[in-house]
Amino acid sequence: MFNLISALDKATDNSGIAKIEEIGLQGMITLRGDLSKAAVKNATTSATGVKIPAQGQANHNGASGICWMSTDELLVLCPYDQVADTLVKMHTGLGKAHALAVDVSDARACLRVSGPYAREVMAKLAPVDLSPDAFKLGMFRRTRMAQVAAAFWMVDDTTFQIVCFRSNAQYVLDLLKVAAQNGSEVGFFK
Amino acid sequence: MSTRLATGGRLLNKSRVLSFSFNGTTLKGFEGDTLASALLANDQVLMGRSFKYHRPRGVVASGSEEPNGLVQMGEGGKFEPNQRVTTTELFEGLKAKSQNHWPSLEYDVGALNAKLSRFMPAGFYYKMFIHPRSFWKHVYEPIIRHAAGLGAAPKATDRDADTYEHFYAFCDVLVVGGGIAGLQAAKAAAASGAKVIVAEQTAHLGGRAVVDGGVIDGQSAEDFVTAITAELEAMDNVTIRTRMMGAGVYDHGYVLGYERLTDHAPEMAGPRHRLWRIRAAQTITATGAIERPLSFAGNDVPGVMLASAIRDYAVNYGVSSGDRTVVVTNNDDAYRTAIALKHAGLDVPAIIDARPAGDDSDLMAQAKALGIRIMMGHGISSVKGGKRVNGVEICAQAGEGAVLEEIACDAVAMSGGWSPVVHLWSHCGGKLTWDESQASFRPDPNRPPLGDKGQGFVSVAGAANGETTLNAILNDANVCGNAAAKTAGFKGKVAKAPIAQKTTERAMLPVWLMPQGAGYKLRSKAWLDYQNDVKVSDVQLAAQEGFTSVEHAKRYTTLGMATDQGKLSNINGLAILSDSLNQPIPQTGTTTFRPPYTPISMGSIGGEARGDVFQPIRRTPMYDWHEANGADWEPVGQWRRPYAYVQSGETVHEAVMRETKNTRENLGLLDASTLGKIIVKGPDAGKFLDMLYTNMMSSLKVGKCRYGLMCSENGFLIDDGVVARIDDETFLCHTTTGGAETIHGHMEEWLQTEWWDWNVYVANATEQYAQVAVVGPNARKALEVLGGMDVSADAFGFMEWQDGTLGGFDVRAYRISFSGELSYEIAVPASQGQAFWDALMAVGADLGVMPYGTECLHILRAEKGFIMIGDETDGTVIPQDLGLNWAISKKKTDFLGKRAQEREHMVNNERWKLVGLETVDGTTLPGGAYAVGEGTNANGQRVMIGRVTSSYHSPNLARGIAMGLVLHGPDRMGEIITFPGTDGKDYEARIVSAVFYDPEGEKPNV
Amino acid sequence: MLVLECPCCGITAEETEFHAGGEAHLKRFGPESSNEDFENYMFMRQNPKGVHLERWRHNNGCGKWFHAARCTMTLEVFGTYSAQTYEPPKEICDIISAKRPGWLRGAFS
Repeated sequence: MFNLISALDKATDNSGIAKIEEIGLQGMITLRGDLSKAAVKNATTSATGVKIPAQGQANHNGASGICWMSTDELLVLCPYDQVADTLVKMHTGLGKAHALAVDVSDARACLRVSGPYAREVMAKLAPVDLSPDAFKLGMFRRTRMAQVAAAFWMVDDTTFQIVCFRSNAQYVLDLLKVAAQNGSEVGFFK
Repeated sequence: MSTRLATGGRLLNKSRVLSFSFNGTTLKGFEGDTLASALLANDQVLMGRSFKYHRPRGVVASGSEEPNGLVQMGEGGKFEPNQRVTTTELFEGLKAKSQNHWPSLEYDVGALNAKLSRFMPAGFYYKMFIHPRSFWKHVYEPIIRHAAGLGAAPKATDRDADTYEHFYAFCDVLVVGGGIAGLQAAKAAAASGAKVIVAEQTAHLGGRAVVDGGVIDGQSAEDFVTAITAELEAMDNVTIRTRMMGAGVYDHGYVLGYERLTDHAPEMAGPRHRLWRIRAAQTITATGAIERPLSFAGNDVPGVMLASAIRDYAVNYGVSSGDRTVVVTNNDDAYRTAIALKHAGLDVPAIIDARPAGDDSDLMAQAKALGIRIMMGHGISSVKGGKRVNGVEICAQAGEGAVLEEIACDAVAMSGGWSPVVHLWSHCGGKLTWDESQASFRPDPNRPPLGDKGQGFVSVAGAANGETTLNAILNDANVCGNAAAKTAGFKGKVAKAPIAQKTTERAMLPVWLMPQGAGYKLRSKAWLDYQNDVKVSDVQLAAQEGFTSVEHAKRYTTLGMATDQGKLSNINGLAILSDSLNQPIPQTGTTTFRPPYTPISMGSIGGEARGDVFQPIRRTPMYDWHEANGADWEPVGQWRRPYAYVQSGETVHEAVMRETKNTRENLGLLDASTLGKIIVKGPDAGKFLDMLYTNMMSSLKVGKCRYGLMCSENGFLIDDGVVARIDDETFLCHTTTGGAETIHGHMEEWLQTEWWDWNVYVANATEQYAQVAVVGPNARKALEVLGGMDVSADAFGFMEWQDGTLGGFDVRAYRISFSGELSYEIAVPASQGQAFWDALMAVGADLGVMPYGTECLHILRAEKGFIMIGDETDGTVIPQDLGLNWAISKKKTDFLGKRAQEREHMVNNERWKLVGLETVDGTTLPGGAYAVGEGTNANGQRVMIGRVTSSYHSPNLARGIAMGLVLHGPDRMGEIITFPGTDGKDYEARIVSAVFYDPEGEKPNV
Repeated sequence: MLVLECPCCGITAEETEFHAGGEAHLKRFGPESSNEDFENYMFMRQNPKGVHLERWRHNNGCGKWFHAARCTMTLEVFGTYSAQTYEPPKEICDIISAKRPGWLRGAFS
């Protein structure tokens, strides 16, 4: 009927030392609630099929997953076209529990940085120890990238997935392009 | 003359000749040269002119402490002044020019200053340019500006052609300095398993030891360095970076590493500099020591150099600094230079040693054995020569400088002893202690800089710690490395220190002035600070004039304030000051060591933040459409919003007028996506919003909207917007564009820190939606053509919201108006924003649709007397000032700002209140203009009685309209008040109602 | 540049992830309060040379507010703790007392 356009319409850049891409529309739901309550946990796990992650972690399975945002907040991932259904399921599961589940798929953008130098490209922008022994698969980190807020995790050994605000997507893409410019390998992470 | 030697040059690749130019002359050097060594190899001893007196100057040092050898390099976007020749690695095609002279390096008119130097002592500028005051601006300032600045600034139109970046790194032990101390400390730390980074500012590891020689564990120093480097490189937990300077040490183990990636090879791809932002649990500074000059007359004549530098040029670069070199010293180390020069086949007519005669040390005996004449107890009275040394006059060190003998020479190698490089230790508060035996300040291990747990986080190894012999240095470094790893939490192996062959050395003798009793004539030619032209006599004068604090004397004389920050001059200056004040040096103390260690590029500090990514620019989903349709952008916070859509052939103002008329007459579309949208949910949501807004929000019915005001706890208006009640427990709060993040933060703050037992969750959903304001008499028609939900007046009343579909889009529609027109604000998911906008433009084509920008929005709201946060408010305005009492609940016992608004000065009648203002002649009032009343205030200024907060030309009313805050304004309707403009004209305006357009509010009510 | 540990998400991060929020444990005075109480609440702040209890927010992170006990002279951080408290917890007070014997909350040192 009409075009659904993600923040950067799946822009990619492969000209530097890492591949950078906007992955298109990703279903995202912010859930705020008491994470120790069974209703909150069950509503989330049953809607996504993955377990509640520990503090500072993310569990994911393809386009579905759960990221630990804070002591009372999870970011629930699901395929974009299943957001409405997932929200219904979650609301059903939550029942009368005091919680807030809201679709934020369009409020954010998802980018990926991949390749052997992905860690170094990210470490130029985020004040986080990204050495392999410090930042591992399964971890989820909210921080800043240069001047904007961002969160990221690794989907495999050489790929980061980044979530940022939709309005900042172009800035983050441009940042990554600068950080991945040719000849800028650091050679620090062994 | 200075020239290339047949032997030596351990750093050179003599098979690769490089050509470069200096002041337009093409010269040759080798790969591995620095610009300094290559210039010396070409007998270019004269390299620049000093800052104040324009005296001819040559290179003094061989490293980053160099004060004289500053040149400008590159052209256009690669131009940069004040590059040190000693730390600039030679590359093919390098173009360098000397600085601070006119018309040429050889003949400089400014050198006249030197002739006048007797009349330009310390504080000259302060004394000379103070009277008369009337000369400050038009006489003195141009003179001083002309003389100011070292080197030329890049052209304003040239943009830096290079790129830069940051890199965040974390380690257990950071070692700054890649000499033998640094390498051994790194090895000791790494042996325990700690993650170690070694940063060496030059391109080579090994530091001074490889030049000075010695035997370590039975191998030469050079072989030792090669072996330990290979060992470290093989370890996974060690990273060695050359060309990376430890620039600064900051709180909690934060260290900046300044890595120069392509300065030595500009053809390479990638960033020029990388600024490492390192967090290290422990930092070891193994930064070595810097040799001190001696203060004798003419010690700045080109050809007078540090003894260690002359040795470096001979050994590392195969360059002689002169054919005949006189060595002058107060310590044993300079003998190494004499010996090295002799071995290179050069003439050393004499070693002038200020120390009294006594037992010979190993080095002294070696020099004697080579047949070098040694004159104990002597000094240099004066150096002969102008642009080049041609001889020295010898005197007794103990006397007043009576010349005993003149020795012809073309170079002087001086050594006043060594000062540990304590900068990095001191940056973050590490304290120093006076070492009498070396006459130097060294780190006080009991008073280190303290980290986040109160622990010392910097330690010092080797020569930087005041150690002088190979054995002591290696042992100190080993202990330091082991200890740092242990403090960082590693309890692995303890490494053993290598053992160096011992040699005897005779103690140094502090010599702060040569000869000891030098008279004024000699003292006024004895330079302390080469770059800023500060002499012994200047510091003495400063002391006489009462500048007894070292920090004051520094600023008065400019000692140590040049780009080299006094690396050579500091201790000599302190000693002279102490002597003048008749107090011991430790009592005088040192000036403060501040980062960076040597100047680092502005580009590296900015990192990636330039060009497109200088700062984030936030874009709405329709950004590209706006751009393609003539948007004249207005920054609103980090957002870019169209100010107006400019069509071909019209000015921005004309576009605004067109949009404003069209929206009132036909149909306008506004991209309102940037307005904040915060969801507030929970059983206590109503109670919470009642505290946040001045109005009652808990009574709002589901499906309805209400305009609300938010104040700070201090009573002042901070934000406004329409609140919609979504369901019993859920509200959607609109904020201003700039307020979304701050108001979200404001809500979280109160929920987390004051009312944490209230059951409320908030989420910022601002960017989830593209929101379009559909405004004007044809707004309803446009939506009806789109088709879907019933938008008729009966089905969809003013200040209501509904979910539904329009043109196949799932929408949330709000019937609200910030323009006084029939208006719907329609929200769709952001990914559908562009498609929805396109659909509206298509159906609006027959209805006179035009997009409008923020300036039109402003005029429309001003015509209606609606306030704008940031225009009518400025952080000092309460809602009552704006006549918004209707939006302040009288029923509520509490809300944020209520108590503050009850204060005496908030309720009295003297506050300026909002009114409309109409110029008598229909022109537009200057924005921000103040109205004047009768008389003057206590300061003799005209009394102010009000100010303009918003002012526009209204095309719909064909006249200027304005709002303003005026004393007793609402009681003075019809009165005319005067606003003096900055253009000298007086603007007269009548106080009227702020609602200029459709005062009955009939237009939206259809 | 400081390093702080956010007690909410457990992350130790540099200062650029945080936002300082001034003195901790202020008691709010609203309507009906005296001028003096309101003035103290609104404007009067400690400015100690030494131990200080502060509010911080992990704004480029989990978004939570927390409290930090810190020395304004040496920048030593004695500990961070929940923002949902009216007083510093005993274990924080003990750490401070051990490192700054005789320390008294609110007293200018």
